[in-house]
Amino acid sequence: MNDWLLAPILIPLLGAIVQAFMGYAPISLRRTLALATTVLILVSAIVLLILANDGSYRIYAFGNWQPPFGIVLVLDRLAALMLVVTAVLGLLSHIYAVGGADEGNRQFHGLFLFQLMGLNIAFLTGDLFNLFVAFEVLLIASYGLLMHGGGTARTVPGLHYVVLNLVGSAIFLISVGMIYSVTGTLNMADLALAVRGLSGADLEIVRAGGLMLLVVFGLKAAILPLCFWLPKAYAKATAPVAALFAVMTKVGTYAILRVYLLVFGDNAGPLANLGMDWLFPLALITLAMGVIGALGAGSLKNLVAWQVIISVGTLLAPVALGSEAGLSAALFYLLSTTFTVGGLFLVSDLVSSQRGSAADRIITAPKMRNRTFLSVLFLVGAVAAAGIPPLSGFFGKILILQSVQSGAEMGWLWSVLLIGSFLTVIAYSRAGSIVFWRTVDGHLERPARLNGRVSASAGALIALTVTLVVLAGPITRYTDATAAQLHNTAAYTAILQIPMVAEGN
Amino acid sequence: MELMFALVIGTLTATGVYLLLRARTFPVVVGLTLLSYGVNLFLFSTGRLVTGQQPIIGSAEHYTDPLPQALVLTAIVIGFAMTAFVVVLSLRSLADHDDDHVDGRRDEPPLREIDETEANGQ
Repeated sequence: MNDWLLAPILIPLLGAIVQAFMGYAPISLRRTLALATTVLILVSAIVLLILANDGSYRIYAFGNWQPPFGIVLVLDRLAALMLVVTAVLGLLSHIYAVGGADEGNRQFHGLFLFQLMGLNIAFLTGDLFNLFVAFEVLLIASYGLLMHGGGTARTVPGLHYVVLNLVGSAIFLISVGMIYSVTGTLNMADLALAVRGLSGADLEIVRAGGLMLLVVFGLKAAILPLCFWLPKAYAKATAPVAALFAVMTKVGTYAILRVYLLVFGDNAGPLANLGMDWLFPLALITLAMGVIGALGAGSLKNLVAWQVIISVGTLLAPVALGSEAGLSAALFYLLSTTFTVGGLFLVSDLVSSQRGSAADRIITAPKMRNRTFLSVLFLVGAVAAAGIPPLSGFFGKILILQSVQSGAEMGWLWSVLLIGSFLTVIAYSRAGSIVFWRTVDGHLERPARLNGRVSASAGALIALTVTLVVLAGPITRYTDATAAQLHNTAAYTAILQIPMVAEGN
Repeated sequence: MELMFALVIGTLTATGVYLLLRARTFPVVVGLTLLSYGVNLFLFSTGRLVTGQQPIIGSAEHYTDPLPQALVLTAIVIGFAMTAFVVVLSLRSLADHDDDHVDGRRDEPPLREIDETEANGQ
């Protein structure tokens, strides 16, 4: 039964290999096979979600090695949730890409599937070094995807993105080495036990390694001092790629959740809650910075890219406070914001395709085609992103606010989050009113007709915010259970005792 | 040996970081390479430095830790791939912007243009 854990890794791997070998096949065949692969990934993710919903940990040990010695895949509620989020977002952006964005590069689908594979490994792995490998797999694919579509506008942000991530990888390796040199293990469950008994110089080395790890994850998640690469890179990427990248910052958040709750959690002795005092103010400043960026954005894609940074700040603030309610609220918000941001990237691209040379810049232009449809999508997305009732962003923010009920943290979180939401509403209403309402006389050159498939996938992503509200009951029950499971680290470390499959069957 | 090893790692890392901050694509690529060499050597040392022992259990009385060697091998392979990619990307950036600054901008007009303006002026 645990062999299912390999499915979300093997399916995209095989799909991508097939794509690599059929680079010159007709594009319709390549598209069909690639989409079929993405659908299968979603199916396997849902199967794993059903498996994980019973609250137990499932492990797949490569080569049947007992956990501390081999590499293991671990499935729990959090991993299953992230798999499903990625698969849904991946499928919808893939459908969008098939609408025409995948032309011009024979390996687009292969790279897209490799990216999904890297993401899935990162969510399933229970080993720190394997997490590094997963990061590299998804990064290599993302470098190719970011440059996809050509144009000189992409080389500079692409180069910055690649160099920054390579430096991040170097720091990741150094911190992994520091932790390994003291504890002698890289298995996360074993590491959680090993850090408890440290003292003296060993303790300081692991502390330094742990904090450097936070820098790396912070770079991936785009926390404030490490977030300036993001808006340009995301705003310049092709729309379906940018939409898929909406989950990339969540990988950093996931890694912080996983490592800092398990290894450096409440039970870590002298290293308990390492770095969390730093994370809380940084998250709030990140949120403020994102809002300032959104207010000053000159184009819709730029606005949405800054929304990514806002959501990172909103997500990490309750995580840093470490309460179970806050964690559950953050997970609900993660679902909402990933789909909303992905959908808004796609909608910005649709708007851009209807406005001729004005593209998605926030300036007045002649009246666009399909204005009603696009403005409704943008309105729904903006309402969900800014967090005003009645959509899922509002529920996520209310849950986050409710999770902090006293003390100075409450004052800071409430004021920054509420003022930030208010200013985000201003940013979206300014952008929306200029783009959709203030039209000038004139006509557009060759306004392309909206492709049905493309509009449907963008609409579906935006509509997911409504679905999340309708299903808020079951989803919050799931996130509550996830938060409880994450806080119960003893259950996770128990996987070290799981008996292996007997020989010869 | 330990001092020598530490000095080499420190020099490689410091040089790498310095070159990274030069903001020209060629030094940045060389800097990344040096940095990854430093990181690989550091990873190798995390299993403790020993001489004349094999990373195989049972081959000798004492053995050295095999895991860092596996980690270094993986890191080297990934590092090579990344370096190849960043070299290609730098070349593309140079071709697109006619300049090797990482921002793709020119600090000062190239000599050819100055010559032309002078020639026009005369």
